[in-house]
Amino acid sequence: MSTDPDNIDSIVNRRYEHGFVTDIATDTMPPGLDENVVRAISARKKEPEFLLEWRLRAYRQWREMQEPDWAHVHYPPIDFEAISYYAAPKSDDERPKSLEEVDPKLLETYDKLGIPLHERARLAGVAVDAVFDSVSVATTFKERLSEAGVIFCPFSEAVTNHPELVQKYLGSVVPQRDNFYAALNSAVFSEGSFVYIPKGVRCPMELSTYFRINAANTGQFERTLIIADEGSHVSYLEGCTAPMRDENQLHAAVVELVALKDAEIKYSTVQNWYPGDENGVGGIYNFVTKRGDCRGANSKISWTQVETGSAITWKYPSCLLRGDNSVGEFYSVAVANNYQQADTGTKMIHIGRNTSSTIVSKGISAGNAQNAYRGLVRVMPQADGARNHTQCDSLLIGKNCGAHTFPYMEIKNPGARVEHEATTSKISADQLFYCRQRGISEEDAVNMIVNGFCKEVFKELPMEFAVEAQALLNVSLEGAVG
Amino acid sequence: MLEINNLKATIGTTEILRGLSLSVKAGEVHAIMGPNGSGKSTLAQVIAGHADYEVTDGTVTYKGSNLLELEPEERAREGIFLSFQYPVEIAGVNNAYLLKASMNAKRKHQGLEEIDAFEFLKLAKEKMALLGMDPKFLNRGVNEGFSGGEKKRNEILQMAMLEPSLAILDETDSGLDIDALRAVAEGVNSLRTPERAIILVTHYQRLLDYIEPDFVHVLSEGRIVRSGDKSLALQLEEKGYDWVREAATG
Ligand SMILES: Nc1ncnc2c1ncn2[C@@H]1O[C@H](COP(=O)(O)OP(=O)(O)OP(=O)(O)O)[C@@H](O)[C@H]1O
Ligand SMILES: [Mg+2]
Repeated sequence: MSTDPDNIDSIVNRRYEHGFVTDIATDTMPPGLDENVVRAISARKKEPEFLLEWRLRAYRQWREMQEPDWAHVHYPPIDFEAISYYAAPKSDDERPKSLEEVDPKLLETYDKLGIPLHERARLAGVAVDAVFDSVSVATTFKERLSEAGVIFCPFSEAVTNHPELVQKYLGSVVPQRDNFYAALNSAVFSEGSFVYIPKGVRCPMELSTYFRINAANTGQFERTLIIADEGSHVSYLEGCTAPMRDENQLHAAVVELVALKDAEIKYSTVQNWYPGDENGVGGIYNFVTKRGDCRGANSKISWTQVETGSAITWKYPSCLLRGDNSVGEFYSVAVANNYQQADTGTKMIHIGRNTSSTIVSKGISAGNAQNAYRGLVRVMPQADGARNHTQCDSLLIGKNCGAHTFPYMEIKNPGARVEHEATTSKISADQLFYCRQRGISEEDAVNMIVNGFCKEVFKELPMEFAVEAQALLNVSLEGAVG
Repeated sequence: MLEINNLKATIGTTEILRGLSLSVKAGEVHAIMGPNGSGKSTLAQVIAGHADYEVTDGTVTYKGSNLLELEPEERAREGIFLSFQYPVEIAGVNNAYLLKASMNAKRKHQGLEEIDAFEFLKLAKEKMALLGMDPKFLNRGVNEGFSGGEKKRNEILQMAMLEPSLAILDETDSGLDIDALRAVAEGVNSLRTPERAIILVTHYQRLLDYIEPDFVHVLSEGRIVRSGDKSLALQLEEKGYDWVREAATG
């Protein structure tokens, strides 16, 4: 008999015990950041002159900028001089040699999440090639993609093989001086992904499986650039439901999407960074700039994200709706537990005529967590016929958490139709007791209610990802019961 | 089936059940009546295991073992079903989903396979037809936006699907229209077998016209002050509760 609100708290106080600690890299630059560090990074990656110049410009601008303090999050000041800005990928010698050497708890989590066997080793940091032959799988993918003319490779490879595309599009959506973290990323980013879908091509597969098998450890300052040329279509899945732990506390990634005329990009994220312990110690600070540019007419960009990790998340996937009739969508589930702080949301900037946007945000707060939604809908004077619908729902579990909604609207065209709906609900002790009286455990009842709450967003995820996301949420809210 | 002996239960600092005893055998139907606030729902909630109530004295034995040691979900899986006086709404959770999860929790406990999705749907539609419920209620949120009577029917649907050993119906008749009352009564009567027992909490004789109880008890101030056969209910209808109270104290 334990259906009281305190117990609801304890349900969601599942201890995070599945993270893993990465080995200490050998080839690491000394901490601190100046122009020489930027030059050194560029030199190690053998980058062309234009990119070094680009980085240096970003660095100089960053020096002039202030860290933002307006988000609804609190954290001790970050000492940017104490961070090392380059670490080479770890050598195989330092990694576990096989799954037998991996923490069994971690494997258990993979099992619960339904991660395919062949992916577990990579996720657990096992020296992949030593264990099984993932190379052939990757090669098959690669062949299919190149037949279709799709370019999908690590960012540094794109710099070497397709410098003209990189030069044309890099920073064209998120300019270097866009914000403090974007500027920092622009100066020092070390790796990331590059995607180019040629005109009229429908990418023959979700860019996930390949990615998940091949991605090297992503690192602190990741840079992703996706270009969908006219009439093309791509669905990109980022992240992973498996818990990720990293010694680098600060993560400042930049993602740029460009959709040309009639093109469509669907970008799905499931992220499960280490949130820190019950007191929030040791968690990841995740400051991400994600922006999509619907540059051509009739283009569409759709962001779907399920976030459960990070000590602090600061993230606003946004859409610039420049092409006439272009469409922007944002579907988000953000879970904050214990002392996690999430400040997420989106920006929809309507520039073209008859542009439309949809925002569905589901925030779940538990424990002592604070979950904030911050959304901006801006309709420019020339955006005749612009439409937006925003649905913003919060679910509270327990009594010490909070949800905050900050909708901003800047409507400069009188003909725009903008709707905003917001709800806040709680999982009540009565609901849990009702379920238990029907034979369903408290934990399953919480999962059932949470999954019901998130359903609208889950259905936007590609099928296999949706199943994983649901499992992830269940694990994230798994109780200390029993 | 159920033996309650000198049960005392409090909520906060208030004692609500004050030495209640009741014995229910398999195959029996017991009606519990009594004035508002006398503790009828409290008794139902305590049997179901609600954490807000603290049992301070007495024993409750169910199928030969100590019921008070079991978690609410264990009690449910062991065959105790409570039709709530005020069923809660659970927005976003599909009614069919909850029902199926509930059946499977019980089946798992009994060492049975999960129910086949097709079979489940067939069974649910069958039972709904008997209760005069539109199958579209399966796809709505649990009790979400249901009318008072619809909520009660939904409780009975769950009961019909779960086939409990001990069903406690807390004022399931209130809020039902005449047709629904008859349908619900039929649902309850069809569960009336020698292996099962039913406790009906009600204020009205009209339910007992359809479901004839073997025993009628009057609860007042946390105690059973009078028990009898079905004629007791008729007497109550005529004379009111003061008559029993006076008889009990005088
Ligand atoms: N949380 C609470 N705090 C204090 N008293 C409570 C609380 N919950 C219930 N009570 C009291 O317990 C008593 C018994 O309530 P109960 O719901 O069991 O009555 P009932 O017999 O079912 O009445 P009704 O016929 O109106 O449904 C009432 O006086 C009620 O006010
Ligand atoms: Mg009552």
